Amino acid sequence: MNRRTLEESLLPPVVALLLAAVVGDVLILSFGQSPGAVYRLLLEGTWGNAYGFGQVLYKATTLTFTGLAVGLGLRAGLFNIGAESQVAAGGFVAAVAGMLLPAGIPALLCLPLFVLAAALGGGIVGAVPGVLKAKFGAHEVIVTIMLNFIVLALLNYLTSAKVHVPDTLHTPELKSGALFRLSDVIPAFHGSAANATILLAVIAAAVFGWYLFRTRRGFELRAVGLQPRAAENAGVHVGGVVWRALTVSGAIAGIGGLNYVLGYKHYYEEGFASGAGYLGIAVALVGRNHPLGIVVAALLFATLSQGGLVVNALVPKQMIDVLQAVVILAVATSVPEVRRMLRTSRRTAAT
Amino acid sequence: MSDAIRLAGIEKSFGAVRANRGADLQVARGEVHALVGENGAGKSTLMRILSGLYPADAGIIEVDGRDVTGWSTSDAIAAGVGMVHQHFMLVPTLTVAENVMLGSEITKGPVLDRAAAEQRVRDLGARTGLVVAPDRLVADLSVGEAQRVEILKTLYRGARILILDEPTAVLSPPEVQELWNVLRALRAEGGTVVLITHKLDEVIEVSDTITVMRQGATVARIPREGATPQSIARAMVGRDVVLARDFEFSGTSAGRGVASTPLLNVQNLLVSGARRTAVVDRVNFSVAPGEILGVAGVEGNGQTELIEAIAGLREAEGSISLGGLDLRPLDVRHRGDAGLSHIPEDRHERGLVLDYSIADNLILGQQHRFTSGVTIDVARVLAHAEERIRAYDIRPADPATPARSLSGGNQQKIVVAREMARDFKVLLASQPTRGVDVGAIELIHARLREARDQGKAILLVSADLAEVLALADRVAVMYGGRFVALLLRAEATPELLGQFMTGAEHAA
Repeated sequence: MNRRTLEESLLPPVVALLLAAVVGDVLILSFGQSPGAVYRLLLEGTWGNAYGFGQVLYKATTLTFTGLAVGLGLRAGLFNIGAESQVAAGGFVAAVAGMLLPAGIPALLCLPLFVLAAALGGGIVGAVPGVLKAKFGAHEVIVTIMLNFIVLALLNYLTSAKVHVPDTLHTPELKSGALFRLSDVIPAFHGSAANATILLAVIAAAVFGWYLFRTRRGFELRAVGLQPRAAENAGVHVGGVVWRALTVSGAIAGIGGLNYVLGYKHYYEEGFASGAGYLGIAVALVGRNHPLGIVVAALLFATLSQGGLVVNALVPKQMIDVLQAVVILAVATSVPEVRRMLRTSRRTAAT
Repeated sequence: MSDAIRLAGIEKSFGAVRANRGADLQVARGEVHALVGENGAGKSTLMRILSGLYPADAGIIEVDGRDVTGWSTSDAIAAGVGMVHQHFMLVPTLTVAENVMLGSEITKGPVLDRAAAEQRVRDLGARTGLVVAPDRLVADLSVGEAQRVEILKTLYRGARILILDEPTAVLSPPEVQELWNVLRALRAEGGTVVLITHKLDEVIEVSDTITVMRQGATVARIPREGATPQSIARAMVGRDVVLARDFEFSGTSAGRGVASTPLLNVQNLLVSGARRTAVVDRVNFSVAPGEILGVAGVEGNGQTELIEAIAGLREAEGSISLGGLDLRPLDVRHRGDAGLSHIPEDRHERGLVLDYSIADNLILGQQHRFTSGVTIDVARVLAHAEERIRAYDIRPADPATPARSLSGGNQQKIVVAREMARDFKVLLASQPTRGVDVGAIELIHARLREARDQGKAILLVSADLAEVLALADRVAVMYGGRFVALLLRAEATPELLGQFMTGAEHAA
């Protein structure tokens, strides 16, 4: 039975990738290039050398956070489209907190403070749709989409009007708390943005799985996501779960902002994680809201995103965006289809 | 003349579950044929194969002598085979006529011809006795009327072979009689009817031939003459069973517990509905320890709201107390902790999380009692599940199986097993055996009696009059949100209760 569930959860993404590869072939040929050469370049530029791999890890770190954020919402039956602005808000609040800290405090001491600040920033943005949904039944999809515009505009205003370094669009650099880069430990990663935030992402994924599948709160959250009326009958306050889930979802996305602010540039800059929030939806979808699946999906999308830059010499990098879209579409539509195919083939094999 | 339907050697498996193993069915043209069997016996699967919803793994399907093995739903509809499902598939915001023509609309150019559709519905109604005003909104219909629309829809598409899946589960006794009249009218016109049911009285009353299924196979084909409820029940279960009707005049304990202090006390309970109407209209009653108070009535007269108000799932005015403790300020979980147990009427919506395992469903509502620190204690959950599965003979006996894949009877056993495992004083049992097979009904009834004998107070709500009469010590009849009668069991006869249920006595 476990083998079967494994097959059923692995096959859709694999089929989706194959489908994307076929579409990719056609596109590459239409640009007059050889698919083999482009794919080889893509792999060499991402997993084939330390710098490229470091960039993949860097991008996967943010995507893991936004994927977990969206995944938590989906487990509670909620569609959080707001990770885009929640990452930004988390990064912004962390950067502002960094401005207030004096220099020379060890990074390890600062870290909890920064995590808290980033979670607070994302959490507040997540709490708004949460409370509106729990109290007034406002649909979280509408509210989170609208909030993306409002929050991003607000952050731009605050940055450019209040806290920016003259002649730039970013905040001053942190004086303490910057995390080490992977290249500090392994010199081969030199130049890549990969940093210790990746450890936070791994911890976040582990806590996510533990919370959902081991704790009572996770048990209740999943019940609300599957059957709210049954959860209510089991003594769960559905409204409470709804606003808490959206708040925590926002907080997780917010912590994702540390990848840039604490690990890479050490300041907040407008648009630093542009697209990571929306891509998080795809990551959660392909990863089936499972922590391990989300980490793998984050790596996949990070590879495609970094690969787009690498193959730019041969084909336009937008081609990779098309491939990403094909993967998302294929997974979204193929999940039930592939399962049905599997079942049919098993049945024919049995008779 | 060839048979209307001939199914031979039908095999169908879903994963490891063999739903049909060599099932046969032979239905003559122009008869009402009852297909009976316990839940999970494979009746619905067999009918879904016949109507083209599933392909059979093996076996032959013939309709009107034509081999149609492996046909699709559209083939089946074109050939005049129509299925009326247990759960209605109607669009509530459309009118009766619009629902009926949905999928085969009558148009004048690009515009819907509502008048013609309404006329067709009226004509069909006049011919078959399925009378519903075609311009009414489906949302405003009673359950019985909604079912008539479902049947109309099927006939409208030209069905001559009509399959009804448990049609009477939600009907009041007069509505059931009307349905029988409709079926007889159809039969008189040469139509063929296959009736899937659990209720043995119905089988005897309306059918010409009876096919009994057990564990996926056909075990008996009996003409109505000579069939008794006992003989059919024996064929269904494979052994003798105690039918609810046998208890009609025994096993009551009228007056036994009534003298002592009531455990559940409800005064002036008022639940407001959507249009400022009182759905539950100032109801007063109490239930003593060791007593079952049965609430009879046609569904939709406030029973659901009454139970949900007591359970804490719905806003209400008035007082609700359990052993002197005011329940009003408490939420669902704390009412449970105070000694309230609740078997909800709808196991799919309220009672179970269908994608959760049997083990997880068995702790639902008591998850806070199965934790150590903040985590769920998996070992204890599993031990609890194994004990409950044994005690209630839940099948399959694998705690990890998702509740969704169980038959209705076994799903209901999970709910009952769970609620009985609580440390409770008062039990709200709402439709505790709806859509459940004879064997499971017997078990659930026995457990309810045991609980009563241990001094629990039980409020039983059931649309099944036989069930209320079999279990209750006192019987209340709910009509229009009120208790229009509150009788001792000895005074309550089906005839009298039937009058109260239809509001006849009330109006007089």
